[in-house]
Amino acid sequence: MTSKLLAGQDVEVDPEGFLVDASQWNKDVASAIAKEEGIDDLTGQHMQVINFMRSEYMAKGTAPNIRLLGKTSGVTVKELYQLFPKGPAKLAAKIAGIPKPHGCI
Amino acid sequence: MNRLLILGGGTAGTIVANRLRRRLDEDSWQITVVDQDDRHLYQPGQLFVPFGIYQSRDIARPRRQFIPDGVDLVMGEIEQVIPDESVCRLIGGRELPYDYLVIATGASPRPDQTPGFEGPEWRKSIHEFYTFDGAAALAAKLAQWDGGRMAIHIVDMPIKCPVAPLEFTFLADAFFSDRGMRDRVEMVYVTPLDGAFTKPVAARHLGGILEERKVGIESEFAVERVDVEEKKLVSYDEREVDFDLLVTVPLNMGADYIERSGLGDDLNYVPVDKATFLSKAHDNVFAVGDASDIPTSKAGSVVHFSLELFEDNFVNHVHGRQMTKAFDGHANCFIESGHGKGLLIDFNYDTQPLPGRYPLPGLGPFSLLRETEANHWGKMMFRWVYWNLLLPGNNLPLDPLMSMAGKEEEEPA
Repeated sequence: MTSKLLAGQDVEVDPEGFLVDASQWNKDVASAIAKEEGIDDLTGQHMQVINFMRSEYMAKGTAPNIRLLGKTSGVTVKELYQLFPKGPAKLAAKIAGIPKPHGCI
Repeated sequence: MNRLLILGGGTAGTIVANRLRRRLDEDSWQITVVDQDDRHLYQPGQLFVPFGIYQSRDIARPRRQFIPDGVDLVMGEIEQVIPDESVCRLIGGRELPYDYLVIATGASPRPDQTPGFEGPEWRKSIHEFYTFDGAAALAAKLAQWDGGRMAIHIVDMPIKCPVAPLEFTFLADAFFSDRGMRDRVEMVYVTPLDGAFTKPVAARHLGGILEERKVGIESEFAVERVDVEEKKLVSYDEREVDFDLLVTVPLNMGADYIERSGLGDDLNYVPVDKATFLSKAHDNVFAVGDASDIPTSKAGSVVHFSLELFEDNFVNHVHGRQMTKAFDGHANCFIESGHGKGLLIDFNYDTQPLPGRYPLPGLGPFSLLRETEANHWGKMMFRWVYWNLLLPGNNLPLDPLMSMAGKEEEEPA
């Protein structure tokens, strides 16, 4: 684990840059991570997905996968790929400050 | 009389029926298994059918042959489980009340979940090998195919036997080489993962074999649909993969009645405690094998190891005692790599597959994550082990929990 300065705040991150402690997250931290990932502006739709992911994680202890996101977050899978290019579930989890969703073996 | 109802007479359901019939007194426990047909498939054998190594008849036997005396086998399709009333309703109206329920209805490929699969090209240029009919249709196709671009594709994880698509790729490479047509086949491996496999050390080793065999890899590919006219896979981020022959692994899902019964997650898998398989929602419901949501491979190997521990837990639970055995996610499997060789992997919830040696009294040690002939023979021998030792619910001379003995730690890349 390493410590990292994001939006003027010290946070713990894993080797891939995912927050270790979801409680260290706030909107400014989210914007800072998003910028590093090439998303300059977190829109309302981005935040809708991010808030959904956080509430799912808090309730269930795991991050929702892309299929579940498409079904239940109010944003289609296609839009998810536009909002969070390449790997929406992974990238949205990173910006949402929750652990990397680990694909099952 | 206590009633134990087991839904599904596949690998997990059959082993549970055999193990628990021995443990539960016949005078006080009635055991019933429900399945929709009387054909038990040796599923690991389906991998070999497309290449003519096994024929369809080599991998199927009647289910009832493996259901022990003292267990009722009911043929029927499940409509719904009503957990609050502890009753299971079959299509047609028959009701099966239970005191304890074990869900073992597995996972199935669902081509209907990807637009374009089940259209005019299904089983013509779009194939799969996870069903009895699909494997046979692909065998007929490969026997007369004269080459082109072959895409081996996984829709999404988790899937049954996550190494099978890689094994299929290795075997196809060997098949085309043996027929003197490998230079007429371009092969590409299309996966939603970021590499050849789910876990980094094995992904490196297996990815290396793909490269050696001149198989391209298209990773992080989340398929949206197949364009049937243009014969190409299209992803959500608008990448395209052309094919002449597509061998796909459709989305895997648990049975539909699980959704109708409100017992499942978004893929119809039943959320359970990963150490004991007790449902998170109902104290008299367990889900075993592929039907549960435990975070490991959906594979017979997991079923075998997990049920060795489940047996004691179940007996303790129904007597109101603590369940003392905790499953660690242990599994191992032989990976066929073609040309008479194979690899072996051994892992659990916390330890990814590592190289080294797997000790086995009498037969071993087998090499882990390395291609050897012994591993190939281990795989071929396994069919006999499955019918004769595994299904009857015998303990194999392997520890159900994983051991680090023989394994070599590998530095992250």
